[in-house]
Amino acid sequence: MATLILEQTLNGLQFGLMLFLLAAGLTLVFGIMDLINLAHGSLYMIGAYLVATVVRATGSFALAVLVAVLGTAAIGVLLEVTVLRRLYARDHLSQVLATFALLLICNEIVRIVFGSQPVMLSMPNALAGPVQLLPGFYYPAFRLAVIGVGLAVALLLYLLVGQTRAGMWVRAGASNREMAAAMGVDVKLLFTAVFGVGAALCAIAGAMLGPILAVQVGMGESILITAFVVIVIGGIGSIRGALIGALLVGMVDTIGRAFLPMLLRSFLSPAVASGVGPALASIAIYVLMAAVLFWRPQGLFPARA
Amino acid sequence: MRNAPAIGALVLLVAFPLAAKHWDQLFYVSFASRILIYALAASSLNLILGYGGMVSFGHAAFLGTGAYAVAILMAEGVSSAWVSWPLAILVSTLFALVIGAVSLRTRGVYFIMITLAFAQMIYYLFISLRAYGGEDGLNLAARSRLGFGLDLAGDLTFYYVVLSLVVGCLCLMQRLLDARFGQVVQAIRDNETRMEAIGFPTYRYKLICFALAGGAAGLAGALLANQNGFVSPNLMQWTQSGTLMVMVILGGVGYLYGGALGAAVFLVLEEALSAYTVHWQLGLGWALLAIVLYARQGVAGLLAGTAAGRR
Amino acid sequence: MHRAILSVALAFALAASAQAADQVKVGFMSTLSGPGAAIGIDIRDGFNLALKMSGSKLGGLPAEVIVTDDQQNPDMGRQIVDKYIKRDHVHFVTGIVFSNVLLAVAPVVFEAKTFLISANAGPSLLAGEKCSPWFFSVSWQNDGIPEAAGKYMADKGFKSVFLLSPNYPAGKDMVAGFKRFYKGSIADEVYPRLGQLDYSAELAQIRAAAPGAVFFFLPGGMGINFIKQFSASGLSKEVTLVTTAFSADEDVIPAVGEPMLGIYNTGFWNHDLDNPENRTFVAAFEKEYGRLPSGFAAQGYEAARAIDAAVREVKGKLEDSEAVRRALRANTFKSVRGPFKINHNGFPIQNYYLRVVERDSKGRITNRTLSTVLKDHPDAYAEQCPLR
Repeated sequence: MATLILEQTLNGLQFGLMLFLLAAGLTLVFGIMDLINLAHGSLYMIGAYLVATVVRATGSFALAVLVAVLGTAAIGVLLEVTVLRRLYARDHLSQVLATFALLLICNEIVRIVFGSQPVMLSMPNALAGPVQLLPGFYYPAFRLAVIGVGLAVALLLYLLVGQTRAGMWVRAGASNREMAAAMGVDVKLLFTAVFGVGAALCAIAGAMLGPILAVQVGMGESILITAFVVIVIGGIGSIRGALIGALLVGMVDTIGRAFLPMLLRSFLSPAVASGVGPALASIAIYVLMAAVLFWRPQGLFPARA
Repeated sequence: MRNAPAIGALVLLVAFPLAAKHWDQLFYVSFASRILIYALAASSLNLILGYGGMVSFGHAAFLGTGAYAVAILMAEGVSSAWVSWPLAILVSTLFALVIGAVSLRTRGVYFIMITLAFAQMIYYLFISLRAYGGEDGLNLAARSRLGFGLDLAGDLTFYYVVLSLVVGCLCLMQRLLDARFGQVVQAIRDNETRMEAIGFPTYRYKLICFALAGGAAGLAGALLANQNGFVSPNLMQWTQSGTLMVMVILGGVGYLYGGALGAAVFLVLEEALSAYTVHWQLGLGWALLAIVLYARQGVAGLLAGTAAGRR
Repeated sequence: MHRAILSVALAFALAASAQAADQVKVGFMSTLSGPGAAIGIDIRDGFNLALKMSGSKLGGLPAEVIVTDDQQNPDMGRQIVDKYIKRDHVHFVTGIVFSNVLLAVAPVVFEAKTFLISANAGPSLLAGEKCSPWFFSVSWQNDGIPEAAGKYMADKGFKSVFLLSPNYPAGKDMVAGFKRFYKGSIADEVYPRLGQLDYSAELAQIRAAAPGAVFFFLPGGMGINFIKQFSASGLSKEVTLVTTAFSADEDVIPAVGEPMLGIYNTGFWNHDLDNPENRTFVAAFEKEYGRLPSGFAAQGYEAARAIDAAVREVKGKLEDSEAVRRALRANTFKSVRGPFKINHNGFPIQNYYLRVVERDSKGRITNRTLSTVLKDHPDAYAEQCPLR
């Protein structure tokens, strides 16, 4: 039982950290530029496809991740400069619809280039096996690597946003955009840079989750909504909020999926319990969000003053 | 109170199925019924989104609850339309009241998110209903019974019933918007603070508007369940709410026929384009992007620019 | 205004084409996108191969096959079949991969008095009381292959088995079939959502339950992910994997690779079955597509051949549905799987084989047939079908 709890905790941590990678970019874009970006999941998908393509061409996972990060960041910057820049001044509805349009366009372009079938992306051979954490308890090496990467990125972001001048501009922009611009921050450049970094984070998440899930058209949609839930819970514009929110959501979802069916099985049949369990677990994160909004409407760690 | 183009369109809609039957193309009558049903759904969203200024990302949930109400009653042996359709409207209105009561306490993006969250909750709720098909959905044994010798199984009869209901609802919507209630709601959309300062209970007006829209969507759902003969939780996914919003924007936010026009344009485009290419959504994406960036008023707005449209 | 003109024009165009009555129209709806895509693509490729080999004709008549993607969505499937029947007036509907999609569209097809030839899904719901004279399967009934797996595990003496199957009609059928023949202890039964790709939670549960073996049914992409994650988790040292051909065939093996070696699985066919029809089929498939056919490809191939044989038998008079039904029931073609008869409920009576994944003489990782586990085996629900 102890190893089961340990294993599920690690699973929740892994999922939560990946959500954080997606949520961090999303919350910054939302907090600083006040832009709801439904195409964020598409950047994640593009990142995963780039990784799969480069791995197939060269066989090197590390190289693939590098190419994907740079490539997705470039695509993100391109998107920002051409389309998204025009949406900053618009209302949220227009932003939702325009980025929804981008989502459709991205999906179709990927489908045209790669086809409708999922693309194979395997874990790098060095990490494809298990690691012994405790006597008799093995955990997949790749998932440990995912946790490691997630923690490293979190640390990096913390240092970047908290300890550097550029980070100060980011925090200023998130707190009060007009004032930051009045104080001389180059807002246009800041926006583009923030968007590029967000896109890069999406690519990392795509590289990490691609081998575990599948690289297919529409892979961004399912995780996008969860990412939005995370940033609403965590507080819009706050990286710390994104991390706490992501870990909370990751744990609630994993623990829910793992233990609710078990709990329900004690008084329901296995088939019914297996249907109701995951459904309840999925609802759980929305109930969590509604509760947080009710009690703290700005989220747990709001960036805005 | 209708103007000439609207009456012209109505005549066409009445004559169209007779022509289709004459040329043995009954499939297009079924297709037209589908367009009419989505016209109703999109119009109900237009009520709160265009006229009320409430960006709800969970509207598909009310479509789904109406559809499931009919399907579940059918599965339990209740097939009379006189029972299940009003019940569908009632159920959806109740859901909308509850969801609206909580959501309308928030503003802006939080409102969008929380309506989305509630819709997802309802979606997962219906997935967990194994007794009624869960994720695989539920077949309806037959269409609802209307009596009076009207057999809804016939495509023509069904079409005319749907047409009358949709036209009736649009008329009601117009009366509502012209009346004091509608004027207040639109004024709230324009400047809520001012309305509050004047002394209007804005929350109550918005909530009633939200609930009415939910009920209308419920009726659309009941008709959709009959049209498809099948319901599934997919009806309530957030992407379906997104599609409804796309229809409203395409047609023209805040124009009376915006929802109907948008639904027609969207579905006809989808049908025509998908015959040519599997990648029709690419064209849709570009069109939508163009409209949002350059033609904010949608098709209805473009038409209104050339003729005397109504707002 | 424009819509009316468009529909009138279309009406003329379609009225004109409707004169060509002397052809066979087949509505081929399959899952061609998403994690189940490989299955649908295989079925389509097998079907197209048979068509090509008969010169794009079925039963001597020119064939028009309308291929659509149902996206593994029962809603979408329903709309597509509606179109097939109301707009295209097809004679046969075939190609469906998933049982939930099949069950959603079956009532529409039956009510339109059109034949539904299943090239994959075989839900138990259509095998018993609700059997239909319009339904025929050239594949199997869902319970059959797991029944063979259950018998194999019972015979082999496995003490405790963990069951893993998705939460949808076929998933339940598979478990029911397995339990019909395996009477040992069940460590646990878990039903993940159809389409789920991350099995960390289930693997943790398997580790905690410590069974001797896991029997799983996870079609397409689901199985690929599960097997890869299973081998990454270190469980392969203590736990044996047994599955059905749906997770161990030519669509899964290239995606997983070496972790497949040694997995035992049961199926209704294998490419190494030694009969003349099979040898022809496998050789032609390899030549056309450059890969070994999977069971799904064989199913698609047989669907086309079944339609071809039936149309030939009724000499093209497709309006006489009773005659077509008799022809389909008699199945006047030799199957690539060996012995093959159609039962009165439309489902096959056939053998089920045990296979293992190994390297063959050419170094390829593929299945080798070991033995026949169930011989001339009808499905368990046929008795309840009132048709005779």
